[in-house]
Amino acid sequence: MLRLEKRPVPSRFWLWGTPVLAVMLTMIAGGLMFAALGKNPVVAIRTIFWDPLFGEFAWYFRGQLLVKAAPLILIAVGLSLGFRAGIWNIGAEGQYIMGAIFGAAVGLAFYPADLWIVFPLMVVAGAFGGWLWAMIPAILRTRFRTNEILVSLLLVYVAQQILASMALDALRNPEGGGFPGSRNFGSYPAAANEEIIAGTGMHWGVVAAFIAVIAAHVLMQRHILGFQIRLAGQAPRAARFAGVNPSRLVVLCMGLSGGLAGLAGLFEVTGPAGQITIDFASGYGFTAIIVAFLGRLEPVGILLAGLLMALTYIGGENAATNLGLPSAAIQAFQGMLLFFLLAVDLLTNFRVRVGRLA
Amino acid sequence: MRDLSHDGALLTVEGVTKAYPGVVANSDVSFRIASGEVHALLGENGAGKSTLVKMIYGLVRPDAGAMTLRGAAYAPQRPGEARAQGVAMVFQHFSLFEALSVAENVALGMERPPRMGRLADRIREVSTAYGLPLDPDRLVGDLSAGERQRVEIIRCLLQEPKLLIMDEPTSVLTPQEVDILFATLRQLASEGTAILYISHKLEEIRALCDAATILRRGKVVATCDPRQRSAHDLAEMMVGATLTPPARNRAPKGEVALEVTGLSVASPNFFGTALRDVSFAVRKGEILGIAGVAGNGQDELLLALSGEVRSAAGAVQIDGTPVGHLGPNERRRAGLVAAPEERLGHAAAPDMSLTENALLSGAVRQGLVRGGLVDWAAARRFAEGIVADYDVRTPGVGVAARALSGGNLQKFVVGRELSQSPAVVIVNQPTWGVDASAAAAIRQALIDRAALGAAVVVISQDLDELLEIADRFAALNGGRLSAPRPVEGLTVQEIGLMMGGAHDLQAVHHA
Amino acid sequence: MEIFGGINPAILIASLMVAAVPIMLAAIGELVVEKAGVLNLGVEGMMIMGAVCGFAAAVETGSPAMGFVGGALAGAALSAVFALLTQVFMANQVATGLALTLFGLGLSSLVGQGYVGIKPPSTGDVPFGPLAEIPAVGTILFRHDPMVYVSILIVAAVWAVLRFTRTGLVLRAVGENHDAAHALGYKVQRVRLLAILFGGAMAGLGGAYISLVRVPQWTDGITAGAGWIALAIVVFAGWKPWRVLWGAYLFGGIAVLQLNLQAAGARIPAEYLSMSPYLITILVLVIMSSDRSRAALSAPAALGKNFHASR
Repeated sequence: MLRLEKRPVPSRFWLWGTPVLAVMLTMIAGGLMFAALGKNPVVAIRTIFWDPLFGEFAWYFRGQLLVKAAPLILIAVGLSLGFRAGIWNIGAEGQYIMGAIFGAAVGLAFYPADLWIVFPLMVVAGAFGGWLWAMIPAILRTRFRTNEILVSLLLVYVAQQILASMALDALRNPEGGGFPGSRNFGSYPAAANEEIIAGTGMHWGVVAAFIAVIAAHVLMQRHILGFQIRLAGQAPRAARFAGVNPSRLVVLCMGLSGGLAGLAGLFEVTGPAGQITIDFASGYGFTAIIVAFLGRLEPVGILLAGLLMALTYIGGENAATNLGLPSAAIQAFQGMLLFFLLAVDLLTNFRVRVGRLA
Repeated sequence: MRDLSHDGALLTVEGVTKAYPGVVANSDVSFRIASGEVHALLGENGAGKSTLVKMIYGLVRPDAGAMTLRGAAYAPQRPGEARAQGVAMVFQHFSLFEALSVAENVALGMERPPRMGRLADRIREVSTAYGLPLDPDRLVGDLSAGERQRVEIIRCLLQEPKLLIMDEPTSVLTPQEVDILFATLRQLASEGTAILYISHKLEEIRALCDAATILRRGKVVATCDPRQRSAHDLAEMMVGATLTPPARNRAPKGEVALEVTGLSVASPNFFGTALRDVSFAVRKGEILGIAGVAGNGQDELLLALSGEVRSAAGAVQIDGTPVGHLGPNERRRAGLVAAPEERLGHAAAPDMSLTENALLSGAVRQGLVRGGLVDWAAARRFAEGIVADYDVRTPGVGVAARALSGGNLQKFVVGRELSQSPAVVIVNQPTWGVDASAAAAIRQALIDRAALGAAVVVISQDLDELLEIADRFAALNGGRLSAPRPVEGLTVQEIGLMMGGAHDLQAVHHA
Repeated sequence: MEIFGGINPAILIASLMVAAVPIMLAAIGELVVEKAGVLNLGVEGMMIMGAVCGFAAAVETGSPAMGFVGGALAGAALSAVFALLTQVFMANQVATGLALTLFGLGLSSLVGQGYVGIKPPSTGDVPFGPLAEIPAVGTILFRHDPMVYVSILIVAAVWAVLRFTRTGLVLRAVGENHDAAHALGYKVQRVRLLAILFGGAMAGLGGAYISLVRVPQWTDGITAGAGWIALAIVVFAGWKPWRVLWGAYLFGGIAVLQLNLQAAGARIPAEYLSMSPYLITILVLVIMSSDRSRAALSAPAALGKNFHASR
């Protein structure tokens, strides 16, 4: 008979041991899933986790790692602040889209002016777009107590429709021969997010992600606001007693996460994606939720989790080309990771005992 | 070996032991209770009374020992089995559902409830017969604490129990309501029902019970006839030491430090009580005791004074400055500190360390934050100071608040507020669920702080506590505060009337 | 009698009843789950797993009935994972629900790979004979597949069970105050586990209806947020079963109307029509949640809180 016993103090060891354990369990379960799909599990796991880092084409994949990790980290760092405070912004995907649209629209408005100010303005507009989209659930929650989970999520579907409309209509490339999609920022240098060091994948979004990690780390560890965020999440009544204004916290956390998601969208549309298209949204906003939890809602942890998750993307593509592994398998794999993480998280707060206590 | 025959005994408990990780709740506990007997289980908080009755009610299974009921082996696996065999229980923290009706609540506590219509009739019938009238269609959330207890009692009585367990039943009643409850219990006992009465209030036990089993740290320390013993004797057996009552401060009082005028605020909770036109003033060096049955606006009063709920600016004044419109931190700056009732979750964050919990309310007055950044070293020193000054037993200040015992955490919470050299102190239920020595230390600390010139407001359900430390006394009833009166010369009858008397109860038993 | 340029009201009503079935089923299941005090945000994931597994089961067996059974089983299976994580492993309900949706979306796409572009066996209408020929009334009431009627019966059954039976009373009690329910001897985790499984089965059934009747085919992401709308409808309905029915019809109506307007070539761009159900859902949520007293009374008090019997 297994029994659970609440620990008087959360376990320090398991706090960081659980993500590692979850990753290992996911590899085992994922291997079984790949075997069920008729692939050799060992080869599949190696193709996903080993080859991109140390294989023949690692020089290419390693650069891609930063490209994929940057938006995940940017978004997840923002989400983690809200999640810590018990504010559930799960519509980062929508804020990511809106950031890309706002930023791209500003850039395209300047086309073809070759001014240095264009890109910085686009960055501001991108952050603003994401912030604005996140303010809708924030204001509805503070004014009308409307559930921010549902509103932020439903707004993703709205944002996707706006994206389609932009690609088909308002932002469509007038010289694109009628095809949907905006001009490509790759051919408009003043508005492009190019690699800072060629071949490394290091673009401005990566820089922003690192800055976000450091800033969030300082905020959570040293700033009174970070303390208030943690307090509000753990004990809302104690937070009120400590003088925390819950509405202000909602606006702040939603705004920060929305702004960062918007930035991620802007850096993506001007860099790796290159243009506004109907299928621009690739699910980073949702995967970032997994990244945030996998990183234990800690900025540094999120940095590592983002890199790991980026690896599954790249490795997944690698496995798709080389082994014919369906790309959906990677999505299921990522979801599975979150399951295992949530399950083994129990070890942090509870002790598992076998048998009866005498 | 003790005699195991059951002549006359309804329930016997023999050598029962129950251990939890890190604590032995009951160790080799034995006692017996006969039909028609009112038997007291006496002990202070943490003595193991609740664990013991949970085993009798089938909620917890003993590690060792045996029980018999009417001579047969008795080992209920779940409360349903206990109920089926005639054991019923009235809980201290009610096992009620606010959004459900009285009848639905009663049905949930019965094994085979009759149809709803029939049940409603039975509730009316039985509740009137025992002088505890109840409307079966009302939502429990709309009932007062006393009425809620009636729901629990009626739920038990409908099953015609052989043994009725009552866990601290009088903490939610006015003195007049206590008299009526006792009359009901005596009536039940005379009809042959055995009553196991759990309390730490000595006078009640001496007034009601035929026998008493006294528990201390999980062990039976004595069995006696409480009517033959003095309250002082019983207290010594219960606590294991003689406690000296706190020394009062008789110095003359200073100027008015806290003035509340016409304070009316809605409750933040749906089933809460709104404050209506509350007015009082407290002078420097004075302790105002505010009594009242739970749910009459105590929580709301604390929130309105601490600043968690705001009101008109002039409704609350500190040293003549209006603060009613200000939040908690601005009021702290003005000199007001507060300690809410609920330790875990309101006064302190359960999973945070003592250092973090010290920062929680100490940030403003102790200067623990500079330019937005937390000075963790200073917060740690502040926490260590509280731990040292208020004798908080803890391995260190890095420990999570929930790892501390109730008494130690309460000493930390009250100490945290008192050590900020406040001008005004508000505490709600400062010794609720706290062991006797910690309670005595907290009361003394409040008196000492008043002696240093603070105006202190103590909101408490414990009348003895208020009579012991307060200079003046007022009572909350339905969100209204009675006019404060000096404690000296006040009788229990008068206090009961200030608390609302017997509300709508009729004294059927006196007929 | 034609409005909106070529839309027949009787056909409109008949088709909104069909459009409402998936969200009605998912919402009534989630209502039971929430009444037991559990918030399962994985409805979308359970629906899409129901959609793909139901589709696969129907195609493989050739029987739509087996498809619905398969969909319900798939939804229940996924919800069992949720139940295990939240009730046994004490995981956060919000995070676990999201994980369920993310995992469901990925796995469904994996399972559905072989089924893209296939037509499922068709689900016939219930033969009401001459009744179906009555003008207007026949079209609205008597020309539907069995699931339209089954879904209404399920709503009625849930209403009756919650209101009149001891099972319903215990379920509500557990959702209201799990500590008190535990003190009275009720098995909180067991009640919640069963509620979660029922919710999963209903979501799976609703998903299967999408891929077997409403669309009918399999494509990735076929549920398109229906699970989230179902969650919103539970709030809209104030946790009352019959209001779930009306809520589902309202949203079914909006969905059908905007599709008809798109088809009729209305001047509003298609994207804006497509986003209207989501926007209206948000609007309704705002209106419902701004009424404070009602929200406090009807929402189960223990919603989303995990229970661990300590002592």
